[in-house]
Amino acid sequence: MTGWLTAFLGISRRETLRFVNQRGRFLAALVRPLVWLFIFAAGFRAVLGLSITPPYQTYVLYEVYVTPGLVAMIQLFNGMQSSLSMVYDRETGAMRTLLVSPFPRWFLLGSKLVAGVIVSIIQVFTFLAIAWFWGITPPAWGYVAVIPALILSGLMLGAMGLFLSSAIRQLENFAGVMNFVIFPMFFASSALYPLWRMRESSPLLHDICAFNPFTHAVELIRFALYLQINWTSLAVVLGCLAGFFGAAVFMYDPQKGLWARRKGGHS
Amino acid sequence: MTAAALEIDHVSHNFGAVQALQDVSLTVPRGGFTALLGVNGAGKTTLFSLITRLYDNRSGVIRVGGHDLRRNPSQALARLGVVFQSRAMDADLTILQNLIYHASLHGIPGRIARPRIMQVLEQVDLADKADARVTALSGGQSRRAEIARALIHRPDLLLLDEATVGLDVKSRAEVLALTRRLIARDGVSALWATHIMDEIAPDDDLVVLHRGQVLRQGRADAIAGSQGLTQAFLHMTGVAP
Repeated sequence: MTGWLTAFLGISRRETLRFVNQRGRFLAALVRPLVWLFIFAAGFRAVLGLSITPPYQTYVLYEVYVTPGLVAMIQLFNGMQSSLSMVYDRETGAMRTLLVSPFPRWFLLGSKLVAGVIVSIIQVFTFLAIAWFWGITPPAWGYVAVIPALILSGLMLGAMGLFLSSAIRQLENFAGVMNFVIFPMFFASSALYPLWRMRESSPLLHDICAFNPFTHAVELIRFALYLQINWTSLAVVLGCLAGFFGAAVFMYDPQKGLWARRKGGHS
Repeated sequence: MTAAALEIDHVSHNFGAVQALQDVSLTVPRGGFTALLGVNGAGKTTLFSLITRLYDNRSGVIRVGGHDLRRNPSQALARLGVVFQSRAMDADLTILQNLIYHASLHGIPGRIARPRIMQVLEQVDLADKADARVTALSGGQSRRAEIARALIHRPDLLLLDEATVGLDVKSRAEVLALTRRLIARDGVSALWATHIMDEIAPDDDLVVLHRGQVLRQGRADAIAGSQGLTQAFLHMTGVAP
């Protein structure tokens, strides 16, 4: 059992060290949501009126509404960053060090996933601390209650990234992931506008947003931040987490997924 | 009787319609240096990918220290130290951080790993580079660091896939000498994949792999005969090494 814990801690330490060493990555992860909060949300405050929508007990400013969406955005980008680093590791050869470990592959991938979530939670709390000075002040206990939601949503988005990394053959293809996965997921969700507003403009788009797992990650975080549980979102996030992680393990299994059929070196 | 360090029995592998390995059988004895000789495209890396379980061996049996890789992968992989053809260390980390990470992947905690890492770095003459980034090392130093990484968990069998590729003559000789020293002193077994004849000594065990098939296995001087290894290889394969 100690060996398993050692392996998990080693993988977590490596991910954290890489994150610390790549200061640009930390800044980018922070600047992106802050730009949305300081500029985009300020601009839209006057345009987008928000009626009382659960979990909020009263009318809220647009900045307050958009904050859980930006928190989820940090986790979405972090999940994709992990995916990108998996593809990079595979291209450079560093991933083979991980995969030839005697521990089972599901455990190695799971540890990498959890390590990525730890990094994303550090980013989220740094963002929430800055947002607090901007007047985004959820209940104090909300900062504690949101942790399990962040863990689950981070795991789900990280698992999705892992799954995508198994399907992406080259680093160059990652731009496609940005265009066809990250942006549609983010914009077709409740991160920036409530779903009822979406229904007013397009029922079809509303339905797409309602099926989007990212919407449920956002809502899980939003409700938890205000000391409530959105059971539907919790179920969807758990289900998608199991689905994405299962698919990722399958794809990385030497006996099954695409990894088995991938051509290796040249000698 | 003690099991061989590595036994490969009737292993084949294909990528779609391309037959990469065909009915490959070979044995690496304990405490010996076995050279796997073949030109680019012979199937050396594919064979290494099967031994390290990066690919699944769908036909035949691979045993590491007597442990069947399919039935008991954890036991088998724990006995393997691997030096890949391309760099496998994390460029964002120092040598020490990389080695601690590798030790953890074998379940070795930091308090045990640190003294062991310093000892291994001494062996490969890189003790003063422990806190250097991987990118700061020369080609030869980088390969020695990879060997150090492969040794931390004290494997029975070292797999070295073209470990000297891209190195100058001096660094190549250093890396080869280091591997031979480890075998002589620690009793580690090694499977050394190469396409360079100079790296093979007359008393080495030699496996000739060509177009996915093992053509010969035996002592290098016996395979070379009176014509020399280069001519013997040319005669067997029709290809200059």
